[in-house]
Amino acid sequence: MVVQNAAHCPECDAEVSLQDVLVGEIVYCPDCNAELEVLNVEQPEVALAPQVAEDWGE
Amino acid sequence: MRLAILASRVRVEEKLLVDALRQRAVAFDIIDDGDLLLDLAQADDRWQQYDAVLCRSLSQSRALAVMYVLEHWGIPVYNPAATTATCNDKLLTTLALLHAHVPVPRTMLAFAAETAVQGIETLGYPAVLKPVTGSWGRLLARVNDRDAAEAVLEHQETLGSYQHHIHYIQQYISKPQRDIRAFVIGDRTVCAIYRTSEHWVTNTARGAVASNCPVTPELDQLCVRAAQAVGGGILAIDLLEDPEQGLLVNEINATMEFRNSIAPTGVDIPNVMLDYVLSNVREEVLQ
Repeated sequence: MVVQNAAHCPECDAEVSLQDVLVGEIVYCPDCNAELEVLNVEQPEVALAPQVAEDWGE
Repeated sequence: MRLAILASRVRVEEKLLVDALRQRAVAFDIIDDGDLLLDLAQADDRWQQYDAVLCRSLSQSRALAVMYVLEHWGIPVYNPAATTATCNDKLLTTLALLHAHVPVPRTMLAFAAETAVQGIETLGYPAVLKPVTGSWGRLLARVNDRDAAEAVLEHQETLGSYQHHIHYIQQYISKPQRDIRAFVIGDRTVCAIYRTSEHWVTNTARGAVASNCPVTPELDQLCVRAAQAVGGGILAIDLLEDPEQGLLVNEINATMEFRNSIAPTGVDIPNVMLDYVLSNVREEVLQ
């Protein structure tokens, strides 16, 4: 099955759907469950999400 | 009118704000704080198009730096840099609250392990050690005896950065397995939740369950005073219920998360936030 508007997981190369998401949003790879940050929606691209940094918070 | 939302990630909160802005037909952009290159002398064309910037960054250090620059350029930011700087630092928050006579847990400050132990034992066991910066309940330690205190302090001094060598020591409040988070926007407390957990750390980020907390006149007045003490804006006030001292203000958050607080309170927090920002922007435009 071809996934519409899909990027490829940098960890396992599975197709990751980018329907109804925004740049900067976090999605999960359906195959390996890697945490992925959406970099581009028009030209679908994701990257492994950065680790939580010490200065992150409310 | 055009707004910018400064973000490190687009979380549920940012998506709710985006939905609310679209419903109001307000033009906006989401700006990734990691991509910025700022020429400090003047705002470039990109920044000059914004009537205000709503800071939703996860990175507290990036957010504060950007807020300072935007204010230097004359662009209104929510929250103001001074408010954010105070809230990002537990020492500055406590001092601001004390200055405004807002009740807080008794707190001591030390810079060496030996004096920190003296401070802990002045407050009595258990006591709480916190890093002066940090969020989501990370690196909090409740120390129940001298052995635990000495072990935690040794770890901080050996493994921590210089910030972990500033020992912020707080009286432990024997709260009823919950704390209160109240949302102050402008000059009123719009809603509040109880955060209940069997663990002594009651952050929802650590698994605490949210339920509605009625906003009594006492809670409203205390929270508004606390918000004003740190400069005001869009703030989440964390309070502890002490059986003897009553309500104590524990911490204040300047880039609050609110996803778990909308359903239990029935308050549309993102829209109330936007009401506040947009009305302030319109006032500035009229002036």
